[in-house]
Amino acid sequence: MASPESAVNGPTMTAGAASKSLRNAFGGVIAFIILVLIGVLAFSIRLFSVIKYESVIHEFDPYFNYRVTQFLSKNGIYDFWNWFDDRTWYPLGRVIGGTVYPGLTLTAGTIWKVVNSLNIPLSVETVCVFTAPIFSAFASWAAYLLTKEVKGPGAGLTAAALLAMVPSYISRSVAGSYDNEAVAIFALVFTFYLYIKTLNTGSLFYATLNALAYFYMVCSWGGYTFIINLIPMHVLLCIVTGRYSSRLYIAYAPLVVLGTLLASLVPVVGFNAVLTSEHFASFLVFIIIHVVALAYYIKGILSPKMFKVAVTLVVSAGLAVCCAVIAILIAVVASSPTKGWSGRSLTLLDPTYASKYIPIIASVSEHQPPTWPSYFMDINVLAFLVPAGIIACFMPLTDSSSFVILYIVTSVYFSGVMVRLMLVLAPAACILSGIALSEAFNVLTRSIKFQLPGIAGNPSIAVRMWCIMSTSKENGSSTVVAPNDIPKTEEAAKEKPAKKNRKKEKENVEKKPTPSKTEKRLLVLPLEASVIAVLLLVLLGAFYVVHCVWAAAEAYSAPSIVLTSHSNDGGLHVFDDFREAYSWLSHNTDVDDKVASWWDYGYQTTAMANRTVLVDNNTWNNTHIATVGTAMSSPEKQAWEIFHSLDVKYVLVVFGGVVGYPSDDINKFLWMVRIGGGVFPHIKEPDYLRDGQYRIDAQATPTMLNCLMYKLSYFRFVETDGKGFDRVRRTEIGKKHFKLTHFEEVFTTHHWMVRIYKLKPQRNRIRGKTKKSKSSRSVSSKRDVRGKRNPWH
Amino acid sequence: MAVGIGFRRRLDFLLLVIAILSAPVLSDLILSKVERQIDLTSQIARISSTIKAENDGSSSVSEILLAIPELQAKNLAYLTARVIEGKGKARTSGLALTVEPANPKGMPPALSFYSIVLPKPLANGDSVTLDVLAAFTHSLRPFPEKITQADIHLVLFQDTGHYLSPYPVKVQSLAVKLPQARIESYTKLDNTKTLGSEIKYGPYENLPPFSYSPIAIHFEANQAFAVARELVREIEISHWGNVQVTEHYDIVHGGAMSKGEFSRLDYQSKPQIRGASAFKHLVAKLPPRAHSIYYRDAIGNISTSHVRGDSKKTEILIEPRYPLFGGWRTAFTIGYGLPLHDFVFESEGKRFLNISFGSPMHDIVTDSITLKVVLPEGSKYFSVSTPFAVQQEEEIKMSHLDIFGRPVVVLKKANVVPEHNQFFQVYYKFNALAMLMEPFMLITGIFFLFVTCIVYVHVDLSISKSSASYLAKLQWDEVRATVQQIQNIINQCLSTHEKLEASLRDLSRTGDVQACKAARKAADGLLKELSKELKPLIAFLQSTPPAAHILPKVEELVAKERELQERLMAKHSTIVDSYEKKLGGKETENRVASVQQKIVALRQDIEDLMEYIDEI
Repeated sequence: MASPESAVNGPTMTAGAASKSLRNAFGGVIAFIILVLIGVLAFSIRLFSVIKYESVIHEFDPYFNYRVTQFLSKNGIYDFWNWFDDRTWYPLGRVIGGTVYPGLTLTAGTIWKVVNSLNIPLSVETVCVFTAPIFSAFASWAAYLLTKEVKGPGAGLTAAALLAMVPSYISRSVAGSYDNEAVAIFALVFTFYLYIKTLNTGSLFYATLNALAYFYMVCSWGGYTFIINLIPMHVLLCIVTGRYSSRLYIAYAPLVVLGTLLASLVPVVGFNAVLTSEHFASFLVFIIIHVVALAYYIKGILSPKMFKVAVTLVVSAGLAVCCAVIAILIAVVASSPTKGWSGRSLTLLDPTYASKYIPIIASVSEHQPPTWPSYFMDINVLAFLVPAGIIACFMPLTDSSSFVILYIVTSVYFSGVMVRLMLVLAPAACILSGIALSEAFNVLTRSIKFQLPGIAGNPSIAVRMWCIMSTSKENGSSTVVAPNDIPKTEEAAKEKPAKKNRKKEKENVEKKPTPSKTEKRLLVLPLEASVIAVLLLVLLGAFYVVHCVWAAAEAYSAPSIVLTSHSNDGGLHVFDDFREAYSWLSHNTDVDDKVASWWDYGYQTTAMANRTVLVDNNTWNNTHIATVGTAMSSPEKQAWEIFHSLDVKYVLVVFGGVVGYPSDDINKFLWMVRIGGGVFPHIKEPDYLRDGQYRIDAQATPTMLNCLMYKLSYFRFVETDGKGFDRVRRTEIGKKHFKLTHFEEVFTTHHWMVRIYKLKPQRNRIRGKTKKSKSSRSVSSKRDVRGKRNPWH
Repeated sequence: MAVGIGFRRRLDFLLLVIAILSAPVLSDLILSKVERQIDLTSQIARISSTIKAENDGSSSVSEILLAIPELQAKNLAYLTARVIEGKGKARTSGLALTVEPANPKGMPPALSFYSIVLPKPLANGDSVTLDVLAAFTHSLRPFPEKITQADIHLVLFQDTGHYLSPYPVKVQSLAVKLPQARIESYTKLDNTKTLGSEIKYGPYENLPPFSYSPIAIHFEANQAFAVARELVREIEISHWGNVQVTEHYDIVHGGAMSKGEFSRLDYQSKPQIRGASAFKHLVAKLPPRAHSIYYRDAIGNISTSHVRGDSKKTEILIEPRYPLFGGWRTAFTIGYGLPLHDFVFESEGKRFLNISFGSPMHDIVTDSITLKVVLPEGSKYFSVSTPFAVQQEEEIKMSHLDIFGRPVVVLKKANVVPEHNQFFQVYYKFNALAMLMEPFMLITGIFFLFVTCIVYVHVDLSISKSSASYLAKLQWDEVRATVQQIQNIINQCLSTHEKLEASLRDLSRTGDVQACKAARKAADGLLKELSKELKPLIAFLQSTPPAAHILPKVEELVAKERELQERLMAKHSTIVDSYEKKLGGKETENRVASVQQKIVALRQDIEDLMEYIDEI
């Protein structure tokens, strides 16, 4: 907070000004150093994964991004745009250039190119691994800028420090987590910063930058729709609350025009930028803001009386036109089956939508609603600080602070719908907590400073002081107390006479407040309470840091392709089965062989094993996934037929029964049944359930015990311990001894986590048929019916 | 003379047809004693022969020819010969002799010849004893060619029972050493006996030149058939103290192809039976003091490796991601750093790298090796000296912060066995100052970055000095300075007010009316002066258009301040007056109360205004 009086006691005006500028410069340097340290913190807290495990790409989607980046760095940008990938979604293929958000890939590709042109030979993998930590440092800086625009540099620094280590964001941006969100959160916060900056300055320069930042966001992540809906909401809020200004117009109109133009340049968005309902709000508000601007303009040139007449005229005529237009729009939108909304957006608006209609969205764990503990896990103490921050934003309520409030409210809602969107909540929570903490510290330190020097000399004043006792230390103090213009420096002490006088008349001050004006009171807490409150706040911050470091080190650093467990004697046991299997596939199968697996492993198989897969984590074709699901849930022979018709040579299943790895294919199997059954009705979920319960023990249904997934998972499993005890399901398996007739085991990894089977060549089938053709006539007719349902026949 | 050798590739039926058209008139050498030992305990067939040659003719002989059937010559990886001096226990082997391919005239076409150049020509009646070692790769043929996981791994080895030589051999014997005692079958000649895992042939006496009797041995071999189809070994010298070695392997199990299923269950429960033909690990023997060892492949680190080190060597046990069965492949990279002073030396103004050539892996066959020695940037005049023939190329590698790139000596050789792990030298000239180039470059870069920042901050980058926006900016700066000045003046006024108030308090304490009046006078003077100073500033603001939106507030501020001043004066006079009239405290307070309220309100207003202006 600026201190106009600081120069008063300077010997001369110039000396005063000089000391002030020097102090500002010094403060600037300190702030800069703190920001650099925050950047270092944000980067280094995300390196636990590299230190504890290794420098490797994590999980599923990052492998795809990594593969795309490799392609980009090898073949150049034009080939990348035109890349038709024939190694996935066999036999359909996938147009990568047109269906991928290219922001992350282009960013990492550019970094790689720049670094290599400086003759620093970093591999593409290294660049990809460290992109996310680098961008989280950027995101903290962007949070500083945004919060600084809202509540000043103190709050900015606090928010940046909080964002640097918020667990929710760490979970998506540890080194190796090379996913869109890594750069998108930076882009999101930075776009918001530029919007607020434009709103505060009314500068067209920042408005243009804002459109460019929005463009980067559109390139990076599908979550850009959050921006293009939140900003119109805020604009609308400003207009409704009578805060319209030319700055608001400059902040919004160029963003919509330029932003939409730029967004439609991104192939994956294209005409969606004007056609889908996600963008509809921005255009509506665009019209409204023009109407309002016109109204203000007319108001300016007309006399009040004339204006009133004009208003009645225009409103009556305009309302009719507007109603007509809106009616047409709604009719158009309503005519499309999904109302113009994409499945994921609809899930946001109606949380039950996905589970009702799109099992493939519902099957992803990160699309589930979060539980309460996950809030505490992911944003920790911020959850308690946020309400305080919201109240701090209301005093005084400005354009920018109303934006922050809107941001937190919407993101809390979205995070409640999908776990994944906790990520959008995290920056908002950090910003508001930063504001809360900074305001609280502001009040508390001011109280301490005011009372410390020579307070004993005049106890009566202290007694008569207008005190606010805060019951809850951190929330109460920051909520009730508004900042005042007391300088924070030692010079305050010299001004004491002035202040004491002011204090004398405090009763009068109390009577003074005028409702229209933002009233600023000097509110001082008792010394002891302030000191304790400061200590408690520091303690709270310490808890947060400890939690964040723990989360970064223990909870979110596992790359999920390498698993570790601690043995009883403290030794570390590594389960590297996934890479073992992918490595085997890549070296010991033909380069054009097709590998079938559930879609979770598609990206990894193409990236690590370089083999063609049927389906992958880009779940664009539900029918194709359903075909694989059907094959997995069919008996061996039908499955063989489906796979054979798709040229599949190997089938890969993930099985955790030996070592107790819970997220294996048997546990995902019901989704395969559901998704398969959604397209091919002969697969019925109840066939696989015994009394509504999913089980694989002796009580399981025969359909379940005969389906391909069961057989491939448990083939010869009983011979490991003689009983066939599944350590994940904690039960003995139902069907223990069986043979495979159409598949043969070609590879199983060290801990049995990945099993690869080969389709036996066709002659085996014919031999079997000639022998049994007569006896199984009745069955074969049934089979034919099923066979026809297979779309690949 | 022509010798036709025909093999019929059947297990026990090997037919040899030797057609001697004319008697050899080569030289008068006679091999008086030949002892051969074939070592088949590893996948490399090592044949070491001790040959005693006598010159029976009149002219002196300076070279001895070795004959090797062409089929085997293809697989010949390594061939050396040494002279043995002394007898019995005092035997010492001398230096390696030059062995070069020879092409003598009139020899059978199906044979390849190598000539050993003797250190000194052999005169009539003299004799010399030679120790010849030949290593053949890929000469153990798996038979059957495809086996299942449970089958035992059998290989077939073929050679000649009699020493094939262009010279007559007086006495000879042959011993074949096998890895295991289990022998499926072997060719029996006269005088053949087995002794555990060894088969002995001979002795045979007085055989003519080009005697050939094929033998075939079919036996179990479960040793690692690790074949590096390609090995790229990069040795990078850094004069900061490190020699970095990076080795990229492309490994295949060179034994019988595995067919059918691979069952992990069988492999885990009975690894000796159901996985006998597979190999699980490789052992590499690195030089001592090797550090920063890593082992990874294209998709990340491989955690299954163990390092043991002592002062003589560093041993690293490498497990590929999966056990390798016949025909299975894998690829990986190992890398390690070595201390510079162990491998780079200086002599005669030149530096040279002295490091071993082949792969450090135990018993591995390398089909093709590419060795790259990356010299530091700025090295000149480099030359290579190797103990055997290699193909040599040069290229440039760009690495960390290079400008010209680093010269790379590329050596290529096919069919490499552990016997090739001999030291070779790369000589080069390098100025130690060139080491400082990169740090200097960095320092310069950062220096210029700072200079640019300083320049950017201090230079006015506006394009036109007369443009409207630039002028407006200048004016705005002036306005801001003026406002600042006005604020300062107001502040001074306020502090004067404080002084007045203070004097009033003093009055109430001491009752000294005179002092109070004096203070009043001083304050009056000061305030007057300040208001004089204020006038031109306000006038300036009024005349400048950019100040238009701030002006009303400033004017309000000044007006409020003046009002405050008046009220204060009034209050002051009232109090002083009442003191002079000796009125009671309560009455005074009553008289002042209304003024006091206004004063407080005004002060509040002024503060708000100041803040507002400040924010602008």
